[in-house]
Amino acid sequence: MARKSFRQAINEALASEMERDPHVVLMGEDIAGGRGAPGDHDAWGGPMGVTKGLIGRFGPERVLDTPISESAFIGAAIGAAATGLRPVTDLMFVDFMGVCFDQIFNQAAKFRYMFGGKAVTPVVIRTMFGAGLRAASQHSQCLYPIFTHIPGLKVVIPSSPYEAKGLMIQAIRDDDPVIFLEHKAMYDDLEDVPDEAYTIPFGEANLVDEGEDVTIVAIGRMVQFAKVAAKTLAKDGISCTIVDPRTTSPLDEDTILEAVEETGRLVVVDEAYPRCNIGADIAALVADKAFGALKSPIKRVSPPHVPPPFSPALEDLFVPNPARIEEAVRETMAYKR
Amino acid sequence: MNDIWGSSKSDQAAMPAIHGVTMPRWGLSMIEGRVADWLVPVGGAVTKGQDVVDIETEKITNVHESPAAGILRRQILNKGDVAPVGALLAVVADPAVSDAEIDAFVSGYVLPAADSADEGTSGPTPKQITASGVLWNYLDIGKADGPVVVLVHGFGGDLNNWMFTWPALEGAARIIAVDLPGHGASGKRIDIRGLDELARKLLTLLDALAIQNAHFVGHSLGGAIVGLAALARPGLATSLTLIGSAGLGEEIDDDYLKGFIAAERRKDLQPVVAKLFADQSLVSRDLVEGLLRFKRLDGVTAALSTIRMATVDQGKQRVSLLPDLAGLHIPVRVIWGKLDRIVPATHAGGLPSSVEVHLFDDAGHMVHMERAKDVNAILAKAIAG
Repeated sequence: MARKSFRQAINEALASEMERDPHVVLMGEDIAGGRGAPGDHDAWGGPMGVTKGLIGRFGPERVLDTPISESAFIGAAIGAAATGLRPVTDLMFVDFMGVCFDQIFNQAAKFRYMFGGKAVTPVVIRTMFGAGLRAASQHSQCLYPIFTHIPGLKVVIPSSPYEAKGLMIQAIRDDDPVIFLEHKAMYDDLEDVPDEAYTIPFGEANLVDEGEDVTIVAIGRMVQFAKVAAKTLAKDGISCTIVDPRTTSPLDEDTILEAVEETGRLVVVDEAYPRCNIGADIAALVADKAFGALKSPIKRVSPPHVPPPFSPALEDLFVPNPARIEEAVRETMAYKR
Repeated sequence: MNDIWGSSKSDQAAMPAIHGVTMPRWGLSMIEGRVADWLVPVGGAVTKGQDVVDIETEKITNVHESPAAGILRRQILNKGDVAPVGALLAVVADPAVSDAEIDAFVSGYVLPAADSADEGTSGPTPKQITASGVLWNYLDIGKADGPVVVLVHGFGGDLNNWMFTWPALEGAARIIAVDLPGHGASGKRIDIRGLDELARKLLTLLDALAIQNAHFVGHSLGGAIVGLAALARPGLATSLTLIGSAGLGEEIDDDYLKGFIAAERRKDLQPVVAKLFADQSLVSRDLVEGLLRFKRLDGVTAALSTIRMATVDQGKQRVSLLPDLAGLHIPVRVIWGKLDRIVPATHAGGLPSSVEVHLFDDAGHMVHMERAKDVNAILAKAIAG
């Protein structure tokens, strides 16, 4: 087992499933290098290099470069999934998803339901999200709450390279449409990742750490920030449970509720805009089903309700960070009725 | 004779014996450890091999011994501190050594460089070889020209189960610790009906490594496998040490095997794994997480099911080494934790009189981890012959 990057972990997942199942195909913009790419057509492997090397291994019939028309290739992928392939598409930035909402929300998400379980739609839509790369408002949003809102979609947000590989293989083998969200600031993160294929089931939260005082539920990159905060807090004798839901749909309510029952305090860290985000959803869940266990009000750590700023100084203030998580935890600890 | 004695005395005077207690490396993935507790206060006398500190790794907690006799002169780290493998934890020296000399030793201590260039891992690196179509992952460490010791783990385990064993033996022996087929990083596809087939596969690996003589050590399922291998190839094994071993009686906790195979969530696996240890505090979150990660690998569930079928039939063990054990004509040792809940320690009774039996109170199935120091001493004796 070697240390691998988030990028490499996803690349390995794609390669091993393409090796295992000839029905797995890749579609997306520039994933093979792009029309007119100089020299070797494998030059790019997508804007972040995630699919690098795959066209050389599996050929242009299974690694399809598409025109810059999300509505067209996402629609094509969903149709291909309904008729027997397992396409993995790359929609570059989640911010661009709006142009193909009908294909995703009204078609892919509904087929199983509309056809009484006789149709399956095993499509994976990979997409980048999140702020921190100075990419401005139209390339820095999270938007996963929008997909989580739609019944019939599965929504996966890996928090580390190990998680990314296992969740991607599970996503490809899953018979439902899966939105797979990759934080753009995490591609170089490193972790021990097995060479072999493995799957992490959906709807099973990861108990990242177990503590006694406060439960922190964090999503995606925020899990790493929560770990940093928890380490600092531990020095002051505050021990935190950290829950990574892994998938916001399906959501592992039991693990979250059990953790809150144990600690009696909850901080939810979600990089998405605060209104109607996953933090709001989880806060509502806990207020509804574990109210009696709470010793203090639920704290939510999220950006303000504004577009991600392009100004580096403002963007740094926009994204939640370990210091803000720490502060929220201390507030829940200091609360007196 | 006087000269030799005299010169060694003067050497001692020139270089007072100051011994560093350093952070051990237990297991391939250990990078750092935490001082869970000090067992000897500063100023306390220690003997060589005495437990001085409890070290907690991300997977397990274990005691760590003093490398020499003397006084524990310094504790460099406080309880709760984390330090990398090789870091100086404490200083043991004779009372005659001055404080200034101790201080000089501490300030002059250099953290040994990681012996592997692989980023983030500092432990020995396993090797891989394909023998008769099986991909084997194995560790080959220690004294290259020393006697060979083959370590074989049990059901659901891997070569890391010997993490407390190899540091004690690597100075005197060449250690081959394997991942059985279906386990660790070895190939997961196995097609066997009986454990004798796994034993034969092990022999093809040892042939591929050109090993002609070896001390066989097996835990649990691994005990039955090394036993069968020793019986199948007379002359290869120079001694046999069976720890909490299968193959020495009928009873086995088949619910453990079934539970281990079936568990998909931490909550389900935790109580199953708890059966392995007498001391429940050893079942850490990370130990369970590591096992979950193993179980998630493609092919593992099928492999474990196949091995279980080869091991157990209607709740009883299918393999017995007993009829042939006395005919082996090599030293055979049996080690058991009396609180073993997987394979009962009562199997240690009724063995041929030539078999040396070691029973340990307060230890469970993982006796080689729970009572590592004592088990290591028995293994060292076996290797020394």
